[in-house]
Parts: sequence; C-alpha cells; structure tokens
Amino acid sequence: MAKQYETVIGLEVHVELATKTKIFCGCSTAFGGAPNTHTCPVCTGMPGSLPVLNKKVLEYAVAVGLATNCTITRYCKFDRKNYFYPDNPQNYQISQLYLPICRDGGVEIETAAGKKTVGIHEIHMEEDAGKLIHDEWEDCSLVDYNRSGVPLIEIVSEPDMRSAEEVIAYLEKLRMMIQYLGASDCKLQEGSMRADVNLSVREAGAAGFGTRTEMKNLNSFRAITNAIEGERERQIELLEAGKKVVQETRRWDDAKGESYAMRSKEDAQDYRYFPDPDLVPVAVSDEWLAQIKAAQPEFRTEKMARYQAEYDIPDYDIEIITASKRMADLFEETVKLCGQPKKVSNWLMGETLRLLKEKGMEPEDIRFSPEHLAGLIRLTDEKAINSTVAKEVFEMMFEEDIDPEKYVEEKGLKTVSDEGALRRAVEDVISANPKSVEDYRNGKEKAIGFLVGQTMKAMKGKAEPGMVNRLLKELL
Amino acid sequence: MANIISDETIEYVGILAKLELSEEEKEAAKKDMGRMLDYIDKLGELDTEGVEPMSHVFAVQNVFREDVVTNGDMREEMLQNAPGEKDGMFMVPRTFE
Amino acid sequence: MDLRKLTAAGLAAKIKAKEVSVMQAVQTVFDVMEEWEGLYHCYVTVDREAVLRKAEEIQRCIGSGELTGPLAGVPVAVKDNLCTKGLLTTCSSKILGNFIPTYTAEAVRNLEKAGALVIGKTNMDEFAMGSTTETSAYGVTRNPWDADRVPGGSSGGSAAAVAAEECFAALGSDTGGSIRQPASFCGVVGMKPTYGTVSRYGLIAYGSSLDQIGPIAKDVTDCAVLLEAIASHDEKDSTSVPRKDTDFTSALTEDVQGMRIGIPRDYFGSGLDADVAEAVRGAAGVLAEKGAVVEEFDLSLVEYAVPAYYTIAAAEASSNLERFDGIKYGYRTGEYAGLHHMYKKSRSEGFGAEVKRRIMLGSFVLSSGYYDAYYLKALKVKALIKKAFDRAFSNYDLILGPVAPTTAPKLGESLTDPVKMYLGDIYTIAVNLAGLPAVSLPCGKDAAGLPVGLQLIGDCFQEKTVIRAAYTYEKARGEFGTPFAESGSVTVPEGKEG
Repeated sequence: MAKQYETVIGLEVHVELATKTKIFCGCSTAFGGAPNTHTCPVCTGMPGSLPVLNKKVLEYAVAVGLATNCTITRYCKFDRKNYFYPDNPQNYQISQLYLPICRDGGVEIETAAGKKTVGIHEIHMEEDAGKLIHDEWEDCSLVDYNRSGVPLIEIVSEPDMRSAEEVIAYLEKLRMMIQYLGASDCKLQEGSMRADVNLSVREAGAAGFGTRTEMKNLNSFRAITNAIEGERERQIELLEAGKKVVQETRRWDDAKGESYAMRSKEDAQDYRYFPDPDLVPVAVSDEWLAQIKAAQPEFRTEKMARYQAEYDIPDYDIEIITASKRMADLFEETVKLCGQPKKVSNWLMGETLRLLKEKGMEPEDIRFSPEHLAGLIRLTDEKAINSTVAKEVFEMMFEEDIDPEKYVEEKGLKTVSDEGALRRAVEDVISANPKSVEDYRNGKEKAIGFLVGQTMKAMKGKAEPGMVNRLLKELL
Repeated sequence: MANIISDETIEYVGILAKLELSEEEKEAAKKDMGRMLDYIDKLGELDTEGVEPMSHVFAVQNVFREDVVTNGDMREEMLQNAPGEKDGMFMVPRTFE
Repeated sequence: MDLRKLTAAGLAAKIKAKEVSVMQAVQTVFDVMEEWEGLYHCYVTVDREAVLRKAEEIQRCIGSGELTGPLAGVPVAVKDNLCTKGLLTTCSSKILGNFIPTYTAEAVRNLEKAGALVIGKTNMDEFAMGSTTETSAYGVTRNPWDADRVPGGSSGGSAAAVAAEECFAALGSDTGGSIRQPASFCGVVGMKPTYGTVSRYGLIAYGSSLDQIGPIAKDVTDCAVLLEAIASHDEKDSTSVPRKDTDFTSALTEDVQGMRIGIPRDYFGSGLDADVAEAVRGAAGVLAEKGAVVEEFDLSLVEYAVPAYYTIAAAEASSNLERFDGIKYGYRTGEYAGLHHMYKKSRSEGFGAEVKRRIMLGSFVLSSGYYDAYYLKALKVKALIKKAFDRAFSNYDLILGPVAPTTAPKLGESLTDPVKMYLGDIYTIAVNLAGLPAVSLPCGKDAAGLPVGLQLIGDCFQEKTVIRAAYTYEKARGEFGTPFAESGSVTVPEGKEG
C-alpha cells in the first residue's frame, strides 16, 4: 500500500506598508513615477548617506503585531543582512534578525476541516528592494530604485498549515486584518502582499519534520495553490524514488506549472547579519503601546455586531460587506450620506459584486466614491431615472467613477416626468398598434406589456414603466 | 601561527566579499588573516560571561522621521555617476538566466 | 605681514577688520602650494577656478554684512572622505576615482555656514584604513617636518596641509586615531569630539560606530573655533546627539587649578619610545605646575583595545564598503563575464591591498559560525573597556598620555607588517571604542627634531575640560614652531631639491 504523506507548510508573508514615505528617507512611495525619480542618496546607497527610521512604519508594525496577538518587543534593533544584488543598492538590506518588533502571536482560521490557530513566529520590519527590468535589446538589466526603501513587514508563521486551503484561509485572514488596520492594501498581483511558501512532507504520523524548500514568485492565490500541489508532488516523488529533498529556494513558474532551483555558486546564503551601527534602538514605552492600542480600528467581529444592531440589513449581507474593509468603509460612508442602508447594501451585494467577479477584481480595486453611489441612489429615489438606466449609470461609475447626476444630465437620461409628453407618446403608440389594442380590449392582459415596451422604446428608455402602464390603462 | 586559513576559507570569504584575489594575493591573505586572528584570539583571555555586547556607546534611542515627503527628483544628477545608464535607469549585466 | 603664520582665528579677525582680503588669503595658500605641494602632496583635488569664484562671493557677502561667521573668508581643507557637492570625492581610492557627490556633508555645510572657504580635498589612507597615508591610490603625502617620513594617517593630508601652511585649518575624521596621530606626527593640534557631536551625514563610512569628524588646526583656539562651527544635532544622522554645550570657545581659559589628571601607568610600558615618554611626562609636569593634580593609575585592558577595535572596524567596514560595486557610481572594470564577475573584478581592481585585507577579515568575523566567537566577543570587550574608562573618570577629570608610541616613521617602513602597524594605534583606539573626546597637541620634539604629541582624553561630552587643559598647557608651553620656523628652510630628502 502506498505511504500516506502529510504536507507541512509555513509562510513568510511580506507586506508593503501604506506610508507616504520610505522607511529610512523622505522619498515618496507613490506608484507610477518615472524610473528613479523617487530616489535620494539614502535609498540609492550613495556614499556617506545615513538612514533615519520612519515613525509610522514602527506604528504600523506594532498595530499588526497587536492584531495578530503577538508580544511586542519593547527594545528592538535593526540588523544588516549582507548580500550582493543590483536591486539592493547598499548590498545589504536593513532588516531585523536578533530583536524583531513582534513575536509569538497567532491568528485563527476556519476551513472546511474546522477552526485552528496558525502561530506567528515573528514580525519584523525591513526595506524593499528596487526593480530589475530585463532589456532584451541591449542584453542587460536595468535598475529602478523607486521601490528601494519602501517599508515592508515580514510576517513569519510557524509551520502550522497542512494544506493549500489552510494557507489561503490564513492569507485571507491576514489580508483582512491588515486592510482593516489601513496598514496596507495587500494586493497580491501588484506585489504589496507577497508570500513565500516553506514546504516539507513527512509520512503521516511522523514526529519530526522533513527537509523543506522555500518557494518564491507566487503572486496570486491560484499560483500559491498550484505551487503547493506541485511541490508536494515533487517532494513525494523524490522520497518514493529513495532520493533526498534538498533544502533550497525555488522559483515557481505558474505558466509552466513547475518550479526550479535558484541556485548559484555565488550565492553563499551567509548573510553576516550584525546590528546596524547607523540606526539606534527603538524602545516602545507603555504609554506609546497604549496609544497604538487605543488607535486600533474596529475589527470585523465588532463591526458585524454593530451592523446587526444599527442597520436593518440581512446577516448574509453583513457577512459579505464586512469581509472587506474597503467594502465596509464604502457602505458606512454612503449610508451616512443617504441614510438608506438597505439600498446601499443592495448596490454592493448586487451590481458591485457582479462587476467585481466579471472583471476579476478585488473589493480593494473599487474606484467609485460614496458620494457618487449616494447620488445614484438619490436619482432613483426621486424617480429621475428608472432601474435600467440606473444600472447603466452604475456601470459607468464602476469604470470611471463618473458623477451620476452630471452624467445623467449630460447624456439626457432623465426620466420624462412631463405627463403631457408621455401622454402624447402613449397616444402615438396606441394609434400605431391597433392590433395589440384590440387584443387588450378583448381581454388579452399580456398585450399591454408589448405596448409598454413600445412606449419605452419611443421614450428611449427615459420613462417610468409604472407611469406608462397607468397612462395606457387610462387611455384604453 | 595558531590560525591556519585554508584555501577553501579564502575562496569562501572571496565569494562573500566579492573579491577575486590572484594566487599571490591569496597566499598573502591567508598569512595576514591567520596572524590577525591569532592576535584577535587574545580577546579570549578575557572573561566576558554575562557582559552585554555593546554596539552603541550611548543610550540614544527612538530617533525617528515623521512620515512626510521631503525629497524631490534628483535623478539626472545621480545618474551622472553611473558607469552604465539607459532610460533613466542603471545598466547592469543581465541578472536573469 | 606674513599671512602664512596666521592662525585661522587670527586670519578671520584680519579679514573682518578689512586688513586682509579673502582673495589675498587664498592667494597666500596658492603660493605655498606652488612652492611645496609638488613635494608634500597634501591634496587629491584643488579646483582653483571654483575656489577663486567662491572667494569673490564670500568677500562680497562679508562686505554686505551677510556673512559674519567666525571663519568668514578663511581657506580650509577637507579630508577626501567628506562629500562635497559637485567636487570630486575619492576617499583616496581608485574605486571612487570619478565620483562627484550630489550633496555636501553636514559638517562641511556647517563649516561653510561659518564662512570658511573649502580650498581642496586632502589625501588620506584609502577609505581611512591606515596610519601613514601611504595606502592612498593617489600617492603618498610627505611629512613637512621631514619629507622622508610619513605624515601619519589616515588624515595625513589634512595634518600635513596645516603644518605646511597650505591651508589655515582642516577637517579630518578619526576612527581609531586618524586625526590625533597625524596631528601628533605633523606638530599640529587635532581633536576628536565625543561620538555623535558632529554629524556623520556625508562622511563616507569606515567603521560607523567609531567614526567622528573633527578639526586639525595650528592651535587649540582654532580647534575650538572649528569644532564649535561643525558640531550640530543633525536629524539626518540617527546617532547624532542633541547637545546644548557646544560653545567650545568658552572653554579657552587658562585654568587647571585642582583639575584631577590621571596618567595610565599601562601607557608607559615597553614599546613606548623614550623621547616620547619624556616629552609627555614633561607636559604632565607643566600642568601640575599650573595647579592640576596629576597622578598615575592603572587603566587596565589596554592591550585588548587593538584586537577588539580591528574586529569591530573590519566587520563594519566589510559591510559599509559593499556599496562600491560598479553599478551606481565609481569604477567598473572593463571586461567581465556576467554580474558576479563584474562585481569581483571591479572591487578587486578598485580597492587597494589594505582595504581588501580589512574587508576579508571583516567578512570572515561576521560569517556563519564565527560571529559569536569574534564579533560578539569584541562587542563585549568594548563594553568592558567603556567600563574601565567610566571607573577612571569617576576619579579623574582628564586622562593624559602619549598619542603614538613613536614619532613619524620613515616612508615605507610601516606597511610590511600589518599587526605591527595596528599596534601603533594602541593609545588612540580605546578612545573611539568608548566614544570619548580627545585632543592631540605638540609637547616636544624627539632627538631627530620630530614633533611629539600629547593626548588629553576627557569623559563623554567633556570637550570643554579637554580644551581648557589643552589651552592652559599650550600657553605655558609657548610657541611650538613650524617646520619652516627657525631657518626658513626644511629638511628636503636627497634628490628632491627644487
């Protein structure tokens, strides 16, 4: 009988923090600048430059640590991790090895298999590297240091996960918490959240761990799932063939569905960590910790309870809306503006989710503002537009965050509420469709539907169907 | 000499430090490093049990910057020092296989 | 009036009184350079045209009353490891042979704010690694007292330039004695302030936890004036210490009455040259006559400072110098096969032997399996050394001793044996490990007529005590003289005449 294997997985999750400036200098972290325009002597490793810690980075790191039940290190330091690579301008990365800011936490996850806690070994602060672009034409690489020095936290889990499903649940939980904190938008595709997977297999029931590999370049949940399955298979095949798993770093190629070792004889993997003499220790006082604690936002469980008490919307809606901080914020702000929780919820649960799914987007990618959603609701409340037009306008809003009131005005989409005009249109339809009129008069109730449709068509959709119905019945 | 530095060690340190030494330099480096380590071994005479390693002399702590953008674009000046440049970026030997 | 003989403060006063113009001061320096720079080679870079332009501008600002700083119009030299915007900054290394910084070091900016005119960048040991200025990639600097001898190092160019009157004062940097030892060898005054007093922003790092910038000048007064000008709390340097007591010139008083001065007995053991010992003891006697209470004591741990220092400095240097990789600035080798080969070739060709030696050692002591035994051990010994000084300063206001075991050695004598060369730093190095302020000032000459330096070490942040004692001694000592003083000629090595 074939042996049964258990997969053991630990994650190293890098999260880019949502600060305005880099971790050690006053350069902007904004995306989209021309190459190397968000750089200075510090983040390009110019001789003589020195780092100074961005206070906000520490506060975010502590906030994430508190949210994940970690112990906050009251006296922490930065260390240098030495390795040569062109995206690393100093050829050392400032990170934390000996005294990371957070330790010994954990988060609870829920899968089909039930609830469990995934332990967090530590969270440390560090700087991101620059970007390397390959230039085929010149057969060289080009370096852009705009991302160099962008603050990261690395969340290192314990090897507590046993399946891809648990990994995804853990990542989703982390992402939601961090988004709730406003510490990062955590977008996998854009790299503001990155997960490296440490995986080993062992015979079911074995006490010790097998040899693990680390997999990098996983930029979607799908890639993570595929990589876990692929690596599990690869390791089991090796073991079954009587071979050994080599401890190494592997790069996952999601297009090919396979990984390959990132080995080089020039990679000694000996980082010569030592305390960075250019930075001073950070001491987190009781008062400061209390301040950060007090500033922690309302998390999901509290939010769900409040929604149940405050808003008359179904529990199912509450669950969906609070699953994303962006969605919840949008809901609350829009309700504040229009005072109609049920209608706001309907737009989010209906059209918004539909479009997100259709376009493969995350709630964090939503662009329309609460002001505009409230405006749209106002337009429908006033019956200024009908529901078909409203959906059309919403799609435009979803695409480009247009102002619905202006848009409706400019495009002339307002429902014609002038009864005279509508009456004339209905009269025209009646005289143009004697057959249907006769059918209706002969008791064919359904014929009126056709007449309503014709009227709507004549009005280019800008009529209230109920009103058309009433007028038709009246005139017939 | 108590510390004998092997060829492998010199080779390994060369990889870490990104230095390529000639045979002659390697021999000199083995000798120099051995002598220096013999000398440094003198520290072993001291009992440092329970002594906290001191990386900073003074207890200066909590030096921060506020999260405010202060730097503008200085790309052109910076790139003037680059041995290789293209499209506003630093040109390096290819890093991808 | 011979402008060459003026101190920086003296010249500033004359410029302020409009007795001397900035242009005259600059011309004086250029004249001396014309005469002696070919022999001494104190500078790596002097941009004469830029200096002349700047001199005119400074003169104009002085005339309009905009510039009233204590060093207004005074030509000063700056060690070539301090970044100067738009001006070549090489660290005396081939690897930075074409590096033009995009910004100016904070200390240099402060000096310029005080009105000083930076006249050029001085030669040094490559990346400040050395005690003789012989490891420079751009040729040796010679000692103005005897051109066959080294000026000391690593700030040898700055010390020699002051001694040779090729500037009125200079900045150096001191990681293990690199200001004090060359000042001692060149018969000038050099001061290393308490760690954190002068911003390191723009100082190309050697050993970050030990490096401090400080003045090298003709007398104690100039040292105090310069230090007062460059000291600042800089938000760009996390290790910069906010201080309110940087009015160092207020300590220029002749008063050591009751000052308790300790002489470490362990500084006067074997290895110390007899002439040096005698001159230093003589200086202690002078201070005792002035009312100081001088006694000997055991500092302890003296022989452990050098190995601890070289472990820490080499480790930090190995990391600090990783950024020199042929990508962003500086030297890149001509031909290479791929990225890692480019790194290795550029660095191997760009760095000199002593720099490579320390990078190798530093990489080794930090490498896996050795970190605890070497690096961590050295940090613990550093803690013990700091404690020994704390104990000493609970009994004394000041520690007095030699700067170096000998006077300036002959060129080419030191580099053959690195361990022996490192031992020459035995009296200066512990001061950097403990972050203390210390001054080196001339206190006599040896049998060959070479200057001997006296070192006065203060407790942390007690620069004023150091300055007060140094000033008192200097006044009691009287004129020390310059290499040119007596005969108007200097010792010129054979075959170097003209």
